[in-house]
Amino acid sequence: MTDLWLLPLALREPPELLRWLADGLAPVFHVEVGLLPSELALEGGRHPRRRQVDAGWILSQLLGLPDPGLVLAVTSEDLYLPVFTYVIGEACLGGRAAVVSTHRLHEERYGLPPNMERLRARAVKEAIHEIGHCHGLVHCPSGACVMHSSSSVEDVDNKGHELCPECARAVARRRG
Amino acid sequence: MLIVDDELSIRDSLRHWFRKDGYDVAAAESGPDALRQMEGEPFDVVLLDIKMPGMDGMEVLRRLHELSPDSVVIMLTAHGTIETAVEALKIGACDYRTKPIDPDELGRLITRALEERASQRQRGKAPGPVSGGKPPAEEIVAASPQMQEVARMIDSLAESDVTVLIRGDSGTGKELVARAIHERSARHVFPLVAFNCGAIPESLLESELFGHERGAFTGAQSRRRGKLEQADHGTLFLDEIGTIGLRTQVELLRVLETKEFTRIGGQTSVHSDFRVICATNQDLEELVAKKEMREDLYFRINVFRIDVPPLRERAGDVTLLARHFLKVFAEKTERALTDLTPDALAALNRYAWPGNVRELRNMMERAVLLATPPLVQVKDLVGLGATLPTSARAEAPLAGSLAESERAHILTVLCQCEWNISQAARVLEIDRVTLYNKIKKYGLRSE
Ligand SMILES: [Zn+2]
Ligand SMILES: [Zn+2]
Repeated sequence: MTDLWLLPLALREPPELLRWLADGLAPVFHVEVGLLPSELALEGGRHPRRRQVDAGWILSQLLGLPDPGLVLAVTSEDLYLPVFTYVIGEACLGGRAAVVSTHRLHEERYGLPPNMERLRARAVKEAIHEIGHCHGLVHCPSGACVMHSSSSVEDVDNKGHELCPECARAVARRRG
Repeated sequence: MLIVDDELSIRDSLRHWFRKDGYDVAAAESGPDALRQMEGEPFDVVLLDIKMPGMDGMEVLRRLHELSPDSVVIMLTAHGTIETAVEALKIGACDYRTKPIDPDELGRLITRALEERASQRQRGKAPGPVSGGKPPAEEIVAASPQMQEVARMIDSLAESDVTVLIRGDSGTGKELVARAIHERSARHVFPLVAFNCGAIPESLLESELFGHERGAFTGAQSRRRGKLEQADHGTLFLDEIGTIGLRTQVELLRVLETKEFTRIGGQTSVHSDFRVICATNQDLEELVAKKEMREDLYFRINVFRIDVPPLRERAGDVTLLARHFLKVFAEKTERALTDLTPDALAALNRYAWPGNVRELRNMMERAVLLATPPLVQVKDLVGLGATLPTSARAEAPLAGSLAESERAHILTVLCQCEWNISQAARVLEIDRVTLYNKIKKYGLRSE
């Protein structure tokens, strides 16, 4: 049975990205990961001047889907929240919806040659991080833990790619 | 944490965001609502919108002091209310940010404010030191003969009021030297006002230094005291003095000579009595030769000179500092780390430390998080990985342009960090975009 769905939304990266995410997520949360065909138009959440999409709006749309279980939207669009200039991802704490943007994870954005490995590492970390929030995890003080707060790509690079033992235990407890 | 904003979408997004940081978050949609909630319980952090219908944020801030004096208050402003926000700082707000806010920055701001408050509380509780009663500032930790010499000069200079020029590479601790001088001087009961001339665009430099009168330029809605005035009776520390433009140099020179100036847009002259300490990592003589620095200003600030040696020349200090930072960060993070392995110490001592003490400090801060107690091992010392050819660095020619050495330095750091741009930017203490631009400018490439 599939218990975590990946939902591509205006995703311009090669389709491997979704498989990388699935491969990264499955062992951490002991879930089966499936692909949800995209049916959401982003227009309703797009801010005309900021040329960004409201992450909160996306979450509300995901919650409105006929109960598919846990769902992680993945998009190439730049995300924002009304009070913030941008966000890399957003999730319902202890809820069943999350979204991750690859927009700020590309090396090209910073004038460097493309680097797929780095994009992959960053995207997987952020996907695990947001799904961690869905499992009720809050930000972890350990700089090595993937649940360490990361609002910039520097933070994403500097933290580890796994849950620390404590966060892993919390996930296990929740799974029961 | 309490979020006060009349806009639902702002309240909601902040509430979600900070719940993920593990805060208990309450929200209020108006001033009276906020005050009511504060009567019930005090809050550690209050994010307060300035512009709200009815009772505005400033009014809430004034009353909040009685209800919840320990709260860290951060004002949220829209464009156009920045002058008000500056007012808010004067009546006790900790800082302000303009919406929309950089999420990264807001997180850091709050963490820093809470840390500061915690250490203030600790200081308040702890029995004061027998002498002086000043909080222990971040001290210079050193045993090497080179630094002993620096310490000796600090002691001999502190009492007199002479102008001091501190020279040294970035990260060597020039500001610590300035603070040490200030702390040992008769001016220590007054503030040391530190100002980084390189961090401010030239257009704002004068108003930062001299202050401005109401209406002096668009956006100046109230009078503001500049750094020179704030330093009255204390010490003015001007870092990166070599970056000041020629026009401001003229003004600054006049002030240093007369200790008098007028605020921008002002009529009357203001007197301020301060001691000047400058610092630079640039070759000022070369700037003078190239006519980028006025010779008279150069002579005015270069009355007494202290050279802070780079870390790699400070025999024995690497070990001392590494253990010092280990202790500091282990205590702060409550991790039971007692020492470094002999291998780790050896590796640290082999390294050339292009980023100096600051780099070592950052590395130890990270190592404390990564290490498995009780010992920090070589693998925990991130950035040390590829030990660089120390000899090559030490014998690098002293001549060469600033650009050449910058290029070489950036390349060295990039190699050490295995081209992890984020890490390299951290070591270099510049942001990633600046680093990318420099990589492009110098045509740097991995391998
Ligand atoms: Zn998070
Ligand atoms: Zn953790």
